[in-house]
Amino acid sequence: MKTILYIIQKEFLQVFRNKSMLPIIFVVPIVQLVILVNAATFEMKHIRISVVDLDLSGTSRKLTSKFQGSPFYQVQSTSFSYREAEDEMKQGKVDMILQIPAGFEKRLVKESHAKVQFVVNAINGQTAGLVNAYSTMILFDYNRELVMENANPAQMAGLRNIQTDYSYWYNPKLNYKTYMVPGILVLLITIIGLLLSGMNIVREKEIGTIEQINVTPIKKIQFIAGKLIPFWIIGLFELAFGLTVGKLLFNIPMEGSLGLIFMSASVYLFVILSFGLLISTITNTQQQAMLVSFFFMVVFILMSGLFTAIESMPEWAQNLDRLNPVMYFIKIMRMVLLKGSTFADISHHFWSLVIYAVVIISIAIRRYRKVA
Amino acid sequence: MHPVSVRVDNLTKRFSETVALDDITFHVGKGELFGFIGPDGAGKTTLFRILTTLLLPDRGTCTVEGCDVVKDYKRIRNMSGYMPGRFSLYQDLTVEENLNFFATIFGTTVHENYDLIKDIYQQIEPFKDRKAGKLSGGMKQKLALSCALIHKPEILFLDEPTTGVDAVSRLEFWEMLKRLKEAGITILVSTPYMDEASLCDRVALMQNGRIMSISTPLEVIRNYPLTLYSVKAGDIYQLLGELRNYPGVHSVYAFGQSAHVAFKGPANQADLAAWLKAKNHQSVEITPIEANIEDCFMELMTA
Repeated sequence: MKTILYIIQKEFLQVFRNKSMLPIIFVVPIVQLVILVNAATFEMKHIRISVVDLDLSGTSRKLTSKFQGSPFYQVQSTSFSYREAEDEMKQGKVDMILQIPAGFEKRLVKESHAKVQFVVNAINGQTAGLVNAYSTMILFDYNRELVMENANPAQMAGLRNIQTDYSYWYNPKLNYKTYMVPGILVLLITIIGLLLSGMNIVREKEIGTIEQINVTPIKKIQFIAGKLIPFWIIGLFELAFGLTVGKLLFNIPMEGSLGLIFMSASVYLFVILSFGLLISTITNTQQQAMLVSFFFMVVFILMSGLFTAIESMPEWAQNLDRLNPVMYFIKIMRMVLLKGSTFADISHHFWSLVIYAVVIISIAIRRYRKVA
Repeated sequence: MHPVSVRVDNLTKRFSETVALDDITFHVGKGELFGFIGPDGAGKTTLFRILTTLLLPDRGTCTVEGCDVVKDYKRIRNMSGYMPGRFSLYQDLTVEENLNFFATIFGTTVHENYDLIKDIYQQIEPFKDRKAGKLSGGMKQKLALSCALIHKPEILFLDEPTTGVDAVSRLEFWEMLKRLKEAGITILVSTPYMDEASLCDRVALMQNGRIMSISTPLEVIRNYPLTLYSVKAGDIYQLLGELRNYPGVHSVYAFGQSAHVAFKGPANQADLAAWLKAKNHQSVEITPIEANIEDCFMELMTA
C-alpha cells in the first residue's frame, strides 16, 4: 500500500512538473466547451434563399414575405431568371431557390391550386432535409391562411381541422447546447484519460525507466494501480471542472443526481484508463501509442451518438456499437443530466460499463509483463 | 574455491535469426569482480538482461545466488542491483526523489542503507535538488549506482557503466567498485574498454555471442603468445600500411601514437629497422615491449 501511494505521489509530481500538463487540464476543457458547443450545432439559421418571382402578384409577394419574416431565412437575392439563381447556388451564395411560376395567382384563384418550386442544395443531406422541412412548414402555414381568407364562414364551420400542439420534453426550448454539453464533457475526459494513461507507460518504455522498475520486486498490480489512480483522479476532477464550466457558461440543466454521474464516471474512466494501459502494453513508442489511441478514439467518438443519432445507424453498426464505451457514458450523461434518470433507468448502461471495465483491465494486466 | 554466486551453464538466446548468446558457460565466485569485455553486439547486454530476469533464456540454466532466473526470479529481483547501459532513471525527478522512489519500491528507506551508498551519494548530495536529466554524465552514473545499491543487494549487474563518461570519472567509478567489492558484493560489469579489464578479478572476453576466454588479467598477459614491438615513425599511417607487408608479420595495429607489431616467432629488430629505412621512413624507433591487456585482447579477438 505504501508503495502504491508512493508511486501515485511520484506520478503526480511528474504530471505537474510537466509544463504542458496544467494548460491541458484547465484550458482544454474551457476551449472545447466554448468552441465545440457553439460551433457544432445543427440548428439552421440564416438559410440564404434566392427568390425567382415570375408572377409578381400580391399572392406571390405575400409568400415571399412569409419567408422573409421567418428568422430562419434570409432572402439573399431576387431575380427573374432561374438560371441566374442557379448560378448563385453553384457559387455557394444561396442555399435554396424559391421559384414562383408566372400565373401563380391566376391559377390559384381559377383552379384553386397552384405550384411553387423549392430547389435545395443537398450536398449536406441533413441540412437539406431540415431546410425542406422548414420551407414546407412555412408553405403549409401560408396555405391555411389562404383558405381562411377565401372561405366564407359557413364553409369554415364545415371544415374539420386537426390542430397539432408541440411540447418538447427534457429540452423545452430545443436548445442545442443543452444537448451538446454533456456529450462534449464525455469527449473531454475520454481524450484526457486515454491519451494520458496510454502515453505514460509507453514513455517509461521509451526512456528506459521501465527496465529499472522491472528489476525491482514491485508487484504488477502495485505498478498498474500506481499508474492508473493518478489519472483516474485527474479525470474525475476534469469532469467536475467541466460540469462547473458548463453550468456557469451554458447553464446546462442538472436534473438528476450528480452522485450518479460521478459513480458512472468512475467506472467509465476505469474503462478508458484500462484501454490506454492495454494500448501501452502493445506499443513500444509514444508515437505508436498515439496513433493507436487516435484510431480507437475517432471510431468511438463518431459512433458514440455525440453528433449523429445512434438510432439512424444501420443495424450492424448499432450492434457493433455495443462495444463502444463512449456511447454508454454519453447516454448516461444525457439521461441523468437532462432527464433526471435514476439508477434504475441507466442500470443497463452502467452494468455494461462495469463488465467492460472488468474485461479490459483483465486483458491489460495479462498483457503487461515484467519480463520480455 | 569460493562459493559460487552466478552459475551459467550452456546458455543460449536467439532473437529470430540472430544468435545473441551461443552456448555460454561460466561461474562467478562470491565477492568477485567479474568483467565482460567485448565489442558492441557481443551479447553482453543480453546476458545481463537474462541474469536480471528481464529476458527468458532459450536454453541452458542460470542461477544467481542459487536462485534460478526463471523459477525464482522474484528472489533474484530482491537481492540484485542492476544498472542498465542506458541512463534509465526519471529525468524529471530530482536526485533525491529518484533515490527515495527506488528505495520505496524496494520496500526500504534511504536512511536504512545509507552506509552502503554514503561514499558515492555524498559526491552528488550537493545537487540533490537538481533534476536527474540535468546532471553530467559522471554524476548520472553515480546516481544510477546509488539507486542500484539502495536496497543493499548481494550482487550488482553493471552494464557498460562507464560508456560515455570522461576518463577521470571512469577511474573514480572503478575505485567505487573496489570499495563495494570489499563490502562483499559480487559485481558483474561489462565494458567495451579493454583497459578496464585489468581492474577486474577475472575477465571474460566476449565476441559474437561466445565467450572466447576467461582468466585473470595477469594470466591473460602471461599467455600472450607473440613477440611484440612498438614502432614509431614520422608518418604513422603510411607506416601501418607498409608494416603489414613485412615478411613474417602476424598483426599490426595503431596504439596511440605508435604501431604495435606482433610476430609469431622471434624477429630481428635490426632487419626491420633497415627495411623501414629503405622505405624512406624518418626517425624510426623500434622497442620490444611487454604486451598489455589490450594487445592480448586484440590478439584473442582476431584469433
